[in-house]
Amino acid sequence: MTGLELLIWARGPGLVLAVSLCIFGVILRFIEILALGRKADLAPPRQSSAGSGWRTIATRSLPPPGMLRRAPLTYLGGYVFHIGMAIAVFFFVPHIELFRGLFGLRWPGLPNSLVDIAALAAIVALLALLIGRMVDPVKRLLTGAGDWLAWALTFAPLVTGYAAFHHLFGNYTLTLALHILSVELLLVLLPFTKLFHAFSLFLARWYNGDIAGRKGVAT
Amino acid sequence: MKRHSDSALGIALSEAGISRRDFLGFCATLAAAYALPASSVGAIAAALEKAPRTAVIWLSFQECTGCTESLTRSHTPSIEGLILEQLSLDYHHTLQAASGEPAERARAESMRANAGKYLLVVDGSVPLGNPGYSTIAGVSNVDMLMETAKGAAAVIAVGTCAAYGGLPAAQPNPTGAVPVSHLIKDKPVINVPGCPPIPVVITGLLAHFLTFGTLPELDERGRPKIFYGESIHDRCYRRTFYDQGKFAESFDDEGARKGWCLFRLGCKGPVTYNACATTKWNNGVSFPIQSGHGCLGCSEPDFWDVGSFYKALSMPVTPVGKAAVGAAAAGVAVGAAVALANRAKKAAAKAVHQTVKVEDLEKKP
Repeated sequence: MTGLELLIWARGPGLVLAVSLCIFGVILRFIEILALGRKADLAPPRQSSAGSGWRTIATRSLPPPGMLRRAPLTYLGGYVFHIGMAIAVFFFVPHIELFRGLFGLRWPGLPNSLVDIAALAAIVALLALLIGRMVDPVKRLLTGAGDWLAWALTFAPLVTGYAAFHHLFGNYTLTLALHILSVELLLVLLPFTKLFHAFSLFLARWYNGDIAGRKGVAT
Repeated sequence: MKRHSDSALGIALSEAGISRRDFLGFCATLAAAYALPASSVGAIAAALEKAPRTAVIWLSFQECTGCTESLTRSHTPSIEGLILEQLSLDYHHTLQAASGEPAERARAESMRANAGKYLLVVDGSVPLGNPGYSTIAGVSNVDMLMETAKGAAAVIAVGTCAAYGGLPAAQPNPTGAVPVSHLIKDKPVINVPGCPPIPVVITGLLAHFLTFGTLPELDERGRPKIFYGESIHDRCYRRTFYDQGKFAESFDDEGARKGWCLFRLGCKGPVTYNACATTKWNNGVSFPIQSGHGCLGCSEPDFWDVGSFYKALSMPVTPVGKAAVGAAAAGVAVGAAVALANRAKKAAAKAVHQTVKVEDLEKKP
């Protein structure tokens, strides 16, 4: 199979399969989580918890006091990676064309040089986070196979995308095909790994904030 | 002015009023194309001047004659065209005056007289679904190809149809069309894809054969590396707009008028390897992107089957909608089943839960 044949498969049946499995998995996981339910909280709330859940969704993105100093790599690495990746995913014009093809929505893109810097920053941050994870004995102990897998699944599209853009491995068509395939693998496994946090974080943060509010420690 | 040599090409060039300066200029262009040192220009000129007329048999199968049109019309008159005339084009059923028995005899005679030395050029794909789909003088394409290729020094597959199957092989490939390389395995097959290919690529190949007696370095798809080594995108004069994020949104908007990148309008330049952006067409006048239309990717395999010409390269080739709705429905169904199973597990755990009272704990065993 040549690079172009692989690219055609990735843009055709591969994409349909990956997007379908991702949608299937996300809906399945949400129903599973929501249907588990919680016991009715019969105690009257300590204080009005209105808005605590919503506020928590935003405030959990900020480091608690003192934590930035204690774990700078975790926080700064996390910020650089997430923001860099978001810029690369949502503001590279070919990606916007993909979203237009899938959802019919479009928005202005950024010049390639800015996207390039963002992608490189995300790659460097991911590598730094990986090294930090391997070096720190506590983090290493807490890391399971699922975490290594999640890292690799996230790293592959970034590095193949960067390589395709810069023609690092000679055959651009093949590198582009591998880039799209790595994204498709990410889409398929996203709902079934810790990467599901991309969808579940809002619900989880809202619930935590709301229950904390009811117990008197509202955000 | 120094006269050309008395043999073959030299005489013809002199007769056509082509000066030695022009001829050497052409040789220098060739040397540059093949990345040879300037010192080789003289050797190329000498080899071309002394070159005996090489017999060429040109077979046209499932094709549209666009390849022949490209070769013969767009570069006439030119030095490239003259070089072609120096070849003895013994059989080409579009160009030859003869027809019927005399035409077929010419092919047979050339094959016999030049056994092992002639070049076989093929344009068009070969139908294997039914031999009757395409015949010449009652002979099926596949039989004629196999018979003619036997004594050829090399086979040149001109055009995307001969190189990759092209339009006749587009889904669902009703004639079972295959490229030349699918059938010829025992001798070199040089692919010169393009719909049509650039004339100078074909003449450049022939000139290489006449000069060195060998074929130029080919890539893994049998294409001459010098012409197919880089993508249109990498050599495109609009590349800078791609890098700046400046794109034409439609064929008549301000971006289009300013000559911005055509990626969003479906240009396949990034995955198309050809020399259009450098050699250009019609004696270097222009090429599709320069005239305002995106590259169709016509020199790549399956270019008819990679979705709309007007869809960006990063867009889905096949619609995702129906499959996505089905997947969502399946997600709801399986999610509900898992939820029910979890509830049953919870209820079962609750049912076997033993209640313990304080008195029970205080009881002495």
